[in-house]
Amino acid sequence: GSAMGQQPASVPQFCNSPTMIVMVGLPARGKTYISKKLTRYLNWIGVPTKVFNVGQYRREAVKTYKNFEFFKPDNEEAMRIRKACASAALKDVSAYFTKEHGQVAVFDATNTTRERRAIIISFAKERGYKVFFVESICEDPEIIAENIKQVKFGSPDYVDRDIDEAMEDFIQRIECYRANYMSIDDEKDRKLSYIKIFDVGSRYLVNRVQDHIQSRIVYYLMNIHVTPRSIYLSRHGESELNLSGRIGGDAGLSSRGQKYANALATFMRGQTIKDLKVWTSHMKRTIQTAEALGVQYEQWKALNEIDAGVCEEMTYEEIQENFPEEFALRDQDKYRYRYPKGESYEDLVHRLEPVIMELERQENVLVICHQAVMRCLLAYFLDKPADELPYLRCPLHTVLKLTPVAYGCKVESFFLNIEAVNTHRERPVNVNINRNPEEALHTVPDHI
Amino acid sequence: MTNCPTLIVLVGLPARGKTYISKKLTRYLNWIGVPTKEFNVGQYRRECLKIYKSFEFFRPDNEEGLKIRRQCAMAALNDVRQYLSVEGGQVAVFDATNTTRERRGTIVKFAEQNGFKVFFVESVCEDPDVIAQNIVQVKLGSPDYIHTNTEEAIEDFMKRIKCYESSYQPLDEVLDRDLSYIKIMDVGRRYLVNRVLDHIQSRIVYYLMNIHITPRSIYLCRHGESDLNIKGRIGGDSGLSARGKEFASRLRKFIQDQNIKDLKVWTSQMKRTIQTAECLGVPYEQWKSLNEIDAGVCEEMMYEEIQEHYPLEFALRDQDKYRYRYPKGESYEDLVQRLEPVIMELERQENVLVICHQAVMRCLLAYFLDKTADELPYLKCSLHSVLKLTPMAYGCKVESVCLGVEAVNTHRNRPEVGLISPPVSKTNRLCDFGLIYVDVSQKKKKS
Repeated sequence: GSAMGQQPASVPQFCNSPTMIVMVGLPARGKTYISKKLTRYLNWIGVPTKVFNVGQYRREAVKTYKNFEFFKPDNEEAMRIRKACASAALKDVSAYFTKEHGQVAVFDATNTTRERRAIIISFAKERGYKVFFVESICEDPEIIAENIKQVKFGSPDYVDRDIDEAMEDFIQRIECYRANYMSIDDEKDRKLSYIKIFDVGSRYLVNRVQDHIQSRIVYYLMNIHVTPRSIYLSRHGESELNLSGRIGGDAGLSSRGQKYANALATFMRGQTIKDLKVWTSHMKRTIQTAEALGVQYEQWKALNEIDAGVCEEMTYEEIQENFPEEFALRDQDKYRYRYPKGESYEDLVHRLEPVIMELERQENVLVICHQAVMRCLLAYFLDKPADELPYLRCPLHTVLKLTPVAYGCKVESFFLNIEAVNTHRERPVNVNINRNPEEALHTVPDHI
Repeated sequence: MTNCPTLIVLVGLPARGKTYISKKLTRYLNWIGVPTKEFNVGQYRRECLKIYKSFEFFRPDNEEGLKIRRQCAMAALNDVRQYLSVEGGQVAVFDATNTTRERRGTIVKFAEQNGFKVFFVESVCEDPDVIAQNIVQVKLGSPDYIHTNTEEAIEDFMKRIKCYESSYQPLDEVLDRDLSYIKIMDVGRRYLVNRVLDHIQSRIVYYLMNIHITPRSIYLCRHGESDLNIKGRIGGDSGLSARGKEFASRLRKFIQDQNIKDLKVWTSQMKRTIQTAECLGVPYEQWKSLNEIDAGVCEEMMYEEIQEHYPLEFALRDQDKYRYRYPKGESYEDLVQRLEPVIMELERQENVLVICHQAVMRCLLAYFLDKTADELPYLKCSLHSVLKLTPMAYGCKVESVCLGVEAVNTHRNRPEVGLISPPVSKTNRLCDFGLIYVDVSQKKKKS
């Protein structure tokens, strides 16, 4: 029998009422960047979150964007459309909470007038939703110009426009909002819960954090930055246990693994990175890999491979023989399945959260870790959902270089040309506990 | 974490919670493994002056007073330098009013000369109720007022605050925009955070934003006695014994009698804590982080068996019980790291009952009672007793409640012998040590 449905998450879920995060700020202040990033983080830690971008509703309502005149405060026709779009978005927020079990909705729009914010507040109050405002304030012209270049030129609004025209139009668009912009007021709005972010994070004002999730959100927002950098993710070099198809354990590198470590050193030197930090787990195979780099590295116990409990150091064949039912249950829900006396991917995400938080604070970092760990980290950066996470491909001897770009992450994959076993096991077709061994072992990769 | 040591500088008028924050922050940082020490300039002043007469000492026109106060601040800074540069400290908390830009400028210069980072923590509060409450809680009991009656003390202290008010220059958004600081307003309703430079400052800000001073109590207890407890075996995931179940039902009655407002109940994800909570008949939350320390290869063994199969490991553990990690298991140090989010959430919450395990409870208790890493693994956390912790003044009142249900004793005292690394030939001697301190109810102690 399966107690799968009853297995609780590793951490209590502290959300009771649904929460609306409401963005506030002039165009090109990073609202959408923050909305998407925050949503990605919350989903990764297990809080169902969705972004509602009112601009998208507007693009659906007004098929073709002509120019900034649409946004003029005296354009009544447009005002009506914009108000209708905001209402449609709010309606979808409500459906997300009541029908789709959402917990956090990020309402991404300028919301620059008190009037608009009042509508949202009363909407939320009527339905028992908590509201937390995130206002981004910035008057640095360089940052704003950079912003416009990075994300606005690629927007559907400007896709057929030449760059200078687009820039000119967008600047006029910002001016349309400026006259009526009322920042959250420290006196009048003292009962509201909010964070004001000044100048891309050099200063913050935080008011009335109500609960756990708002506290986590504030902590996250205060740790992210926009300084260009790259994060390199790699597994340890091939290990002795890898060669024999055994999972877990704490083995050292095979000779090919050692070759990889040297190749990694050469590769990283070739990248000529300023101030590279190197992180490993506490397990021999990552430490030995880092040693070859000849630079300082930091060990994190939190980066240790997933604990396979009673299955540690077994081959898949041995697991099938000794624990056929467990093996099937794992295939049924690989994300939430916890090895007896071991961990689940879900547990892994929870223990990796401080690593992610510190990765956000840092700049250039190389993380030398393990298959399951790397899948979790990759899922965070590439916004992969829980059901895809345990099947992400993280082969040995391959470095992934992640570079934040626009609203997402560019990924470059570098296989360093040293052969290694394949450790990737796809989900078999038959996950029934009554399946026969061949069906269970069908997708096991080759080993000695 | 950080390379440069960090100097945390408190700022604020008297009775704004600076010492409360200093002590609490210091306790938290030490618990998570960052060597931290506080330097309270008022204490230096008390040592210098011996007897406190009245608020007149603090008058801004009292030249003699100003000279002494400046000297005390310098002496404290000197000790800060000693702690951070010589003694290996990582964070020093400089607890004084530091209300003028001039004084803060002196400190910044001092820090620059010594290669310390500076982070200011300013507490601003104008709520007269909060200030009065503060004075009653901590000032009346201060050495300054120990021989003064309550009314006189309050009056004198209010005049003392006035002495600082006229020259108080709060951290300014514009003038001080290059400084790193957090300004805490109205006991945490609002915060202004400027230029957080690194990891430790980010953690400090997060901590300060999660603590509160609303009165509440935290109840700590272990699960009821388990079947493995009776057998003298460590770890595992067994259910409650009959006595354990009796404890759970008495716990239920105790909780009901305490009549606690909005009590939250937390357990681990192990059977024995869950079964205990089930008896209470109220909703509870499960934390995997509250699971007992993983004894790795020694899971479910008796101490005699560990001695037999892993005598060297057994001895190593006794040498440094805090940092020792069971093979394929955890150390107390690992436990503290995984309990940090639990502590953070305990700070946010109000009334909570935590039903956990021996090693876990020792870690949590060490946090609340400011016990060192050395003492932590030997704290007494017996089965079937409940500890009620109530924050009070600068610390924590502890009340131990015995619910009158017998249980085995699972406490193993620190062995008396010194910290010598045992060569293999001394195995026999280790046998003696190993068995002497096993204290299971049916066994007699060996002499």
